[in-house]
Amino acid sequence: MSIKILKSLKDNLYTLKSLVAGDAKLIVGLAILIIFLVMGFVLPSFSPYKSKGWSQVTRDVPPCWEHPLGTTSTGQDLFWLLTFALQNSLILGMVVASVGTFVGVVVGLVAGYRGGYLDGLLSSLSDIFIAIPSFPILILLAALFLGRIHILMLAAVFCLFNWPWAAKQTRSMALSIRERTFIDSASFSGIGMIGTIFGEVMPLMIPWILANFVNTVLVAIGAEAGLATIGVSSLEEATLGTMIYWALRYQAMFRGHWWWITVPVGVIVILFIALFLISLVVSERFVLGKDRR
Amino acid sequence: MSKDQILRVEDLVAYYKTEKGDVKAVDNVNFFLKPDEIVGIAGESGCGKSTLLNILYGFVESPLKVLSGHVLMDVDGDEIDIIHKDKNEIEKLWWKHVSYMPQSSMGVLNPVIKIEDQFIEIFDKLDENLAKNEIRRKVEENLNVLGLPREVLSSYPHQLSGGMRQRVVIAMATIQNPRIVYTDEPTTALDIVVQRGILQTITKLQEQTKNTFVIVTHDMGMHYQITDRMIIMYAGKVVEIGETENIFRKPLHPYTLLLIESLPRLGDRSERKSIKGSPPSLLNPPKGCRFYPRCPYATRECAEKEPPLTEIQRNHHISCFRPLR
Amino acid sequence: MRPIVKYVITRMTSYFITIFIGITICFLMPRFVPLDPVTIMLSRIKSVARINPEAYQAMRETFLEIFGLKGTLQEQYFNFIRRAIIGDFGISLAAYPSKVNFLIAIALPWTIGLLATVSFIAWIFGNIIGLLAVYYKDKKISSALQWLSIAVYPIPYYIIALILIYVFCFWLRLFPLMGGLPIGFKLSLDFRSVLTIIYYSFLPGLSIFVVSLGWWMLSMRALSINLSKEDFVRFAKMKGLRGRVILIRYIFRNALLPQVTSLAMGLGTIFSGSLVTESLFSYPGIGQLFYLAISENDVNLTMGVVTLSIIAVSTSALVIDLIYPLIDPRIRYGGR
Repeated sequence: MSIKILKSLKDNLYTLKSLVAGDAKLIVGLAILIIFLVMGFVLPSFSPYKSKGWSQVTRDVPPCWEHPLGTTSTGQDLFWLLTFALQNSLILGMVVASVGTFVGVVVGLVAGYRGGYLDGLLSSLSDIFIAIPSFPILILLAALFLGRIHILMLAAVFCLFNWPWAAKQTRSMALSIRERTFIDSASFSGIGMIGTIFGEVMPLMIPWILANFVNTVLVAIGAEAGLATIGVSSLEEATLGTMIYWALRYQAMFRGHWWWITVPVGVIVILFIALFLISLVVSERFVLGKDRR
Repeated sequence: MSKDQILRVEDLVAYYKTEKGDVKAVDNVNFFLKPDEIVGIAGESGCGKSTLLNILYGFVESPLKVLSGHVLMDVDGDEIDIIHKDKNEIEKLWWKHVSYMPQSSMGVLNPVIKIEDQFIEIFDKLDENLAKNEIRRKVEENLNVLGLPREVLSSYPHQLSGGMRQRVVIAMATIQNPRIVYTDEPTTALDIVVQRGILQTITKLQEQTKNTFVIVTHDMGMHYQITDRMIIMYAGKVVEIGETENIFRKPLHPYTLLLIESLPRLGDRSERKSIKGSPPSLLNPPKGCRFYPRCPYATRECAEKEPPLTEIQRNHHISCFRPLR
Repeated sequence: MRPIVKYVITRMTSYFITIFIGITICFLMPRFVPLDPVTIMLSRIKSVARINPEAYQAMRETFLEIFGLKGTLQEQYFNFIRRAIIGDFGISLAAYPSKVNFLIAIALPWTIGLLATVSFIAWIFGNIIGLLAVYYKDKKISSALQWLSIAVYPIPYYIIALILIYVFCFWLRLFPLMGGLPIGFKLSLDFRSVLTIIYYSFLPGLSIFVVSLGWWMLSMRALSINLSKEDFVRFAKMKGLRGRVILIRYIFRNALLPQVTSLAMGLGTIFSGSLVTESLFSYPGIGQLFYLAISENDVNLTMGVVTLSIIAVSTSALVIDLIYPLIDPRIRYGGR
């Protein structure tokens, strides 16, 4: 039994590796992502400035040698601020993606594979959460905290509204895989539900799970930035969204401090395109239709 | 073309272009079709019979390519080579002189369009300027012959059972009375009672219209029941052609014998023999007779030279060096 | 029971359940948050004036009543539901003494007008262009379009809005920054009014339009490619039907079905995205109202707007779902 699981782990990893084999879009996307990951997780340790706290440097200095991206009206170096912002945003995205995808996939697999009463219950639950527009509720929640909401609380609520999407998709995939005879023969051979799910079903879904994960990171960072832009995120933390908020608040655009607003907007655009490219290529490799198996 | 032939296939070679190389799905095939008969093409999966059918019909889409040969058809007195004709001109023949019934009837009809509109599409395609009611009348007549009620016309495909859908496909294929009807596995996924009904329908139709039906199937039982002549294929080659009765009574090619013996027979409780081994890869086919590795009667000659298709008895051709006597 | 009746009943049931649960969440949230709006309000007042204890208590009672916080949890809930059904959300604090309903009634047409027009146009154009991109898939413009939609689709609406603001308002100075109407403009039923509205709504609309368009193009393209591998499309080709017929009757008509469903499911996302976009442009819609409510801590207004958002999004999704059987005969008439 454990050998089977080990072998299936190896299969899963192998699928992962074969996905990364050469493709221009993927390479571009991955390259950009890696750059941002380095900026967000390696560089902050080297920052000569603190992540929070204003008036650390001269204000409103355009990009120059000493401050490669300029400084803000609140007296922070933009480049190092960006590294902290990237870190927070990326962490937020990845936490939401991990929890949301994990819960969603587990729920979807159980619902799709078990069927019956459990399926009905879980499906209705996820349908309801999909149908309720999450953003107004998020705004309400964040507003109640008067802009001092903790970033992890935000992440938790994001996860709450995120898992149903993965669950719904996973469930329909599980249903169609269940129809395939080789799954039934696996169950006839006495492996049991968990073994079947992890040994036979999961390897087929790995590309999709990966694509979904990347996508969720994107969505989560975007949602936080959206909340921040209207001023309801955790405004004291540095995130990509709060950078935009403060830039708008200080009228950066119209006072000619273009660097302050351009940097977070530009980074978001590039990062999102990169993430999207990755998820697109990964999901293109993923064909659950008749041509593959 | 002589009076008793409406289609002649000469030295037909066709292959699929794949990443690993060229797969010769149809390798040097020769035969002819007569008017007013039901011909069955038999063989295992992957022997090239479906590919052959598509080529005869004129539907050659990449990665399939015809390398050489001729498919000569008699159209209103003229002899046309389907291989060398333009796509547009071939499409003009479709559904008028020849028609095609695909393998599975489950998903071949557009789910969002009513059946009668799908029939009208066919008439539109043929550029026949018939009024809608005339079309409807014609179609109803046709449906009647096939035992389908009028309500079928105003229904959608998902409202019909598998058997009814197959009959609709038969109706579409035969409504303009084509001279040749190609059908690929007409009874897949249908239960045995419905199967029988479909076969009876086909037989009845053919008797009425006196056209030529070409049925591709691996089901030897079906061949036995309704075909007049049979073409046995193996690994892209024709191994035996003859009248069905003769073939079943006294098969001459070892492969044919094994095919027939794998059929279950009522009352015979002996163990069914399955043919050992599997067909060769068509990427790099072996030198001699393709059946050599699995043939119980093979000799050295069979391994080295390819047996040509010869007329061994009247109207009975085989390609074999050691035919059964 | 006829299948379509079953479908309608199922759909409407989940509609009501969704709204009910959504509103309940709205109700519960403020009550489980550590901050108490009444205390905050009062402390604000206390910081600018001196109040004696009786006045303080009286004000506290009033606020509790206004915010619907009086009584036990069940009583509050019951009150809340009752008021939600009637549609009375009380008086707004930020725009005192206007009623919340009044504010919403002015703002709603702007948002609906913007969203409905833009979403619909983007959906139609996106589907058509996506289809053509598949038909002409060998021409350069098709892959150019594909790359364009890949570049645009992942970007949130408000980011595009910011970019558009920068380019068109600041740099090129072609469009006004404020959405809706210029200050002091008198609205009347004439062509000039219509043009002005379009001019001022153009940028907010464009932000949403561009991103939505990208999504519909990409998804239509993917759907069409998948569909062209289907058995019935292959059979249609083998019948020799004209390319245009196959494209429209076989591929497009079948691709539209999931696209309609996507539209229904995506309304929530489009709405959310537009909220931020609206506030960036000070567009006089629900988004702006939201912003006002939040910055002024106007509990009633916030509740009203959130409840309304939930109802609005669910209702539009419901409408689309009810239209769906009209185009999918498999739902209209059941199968055997």
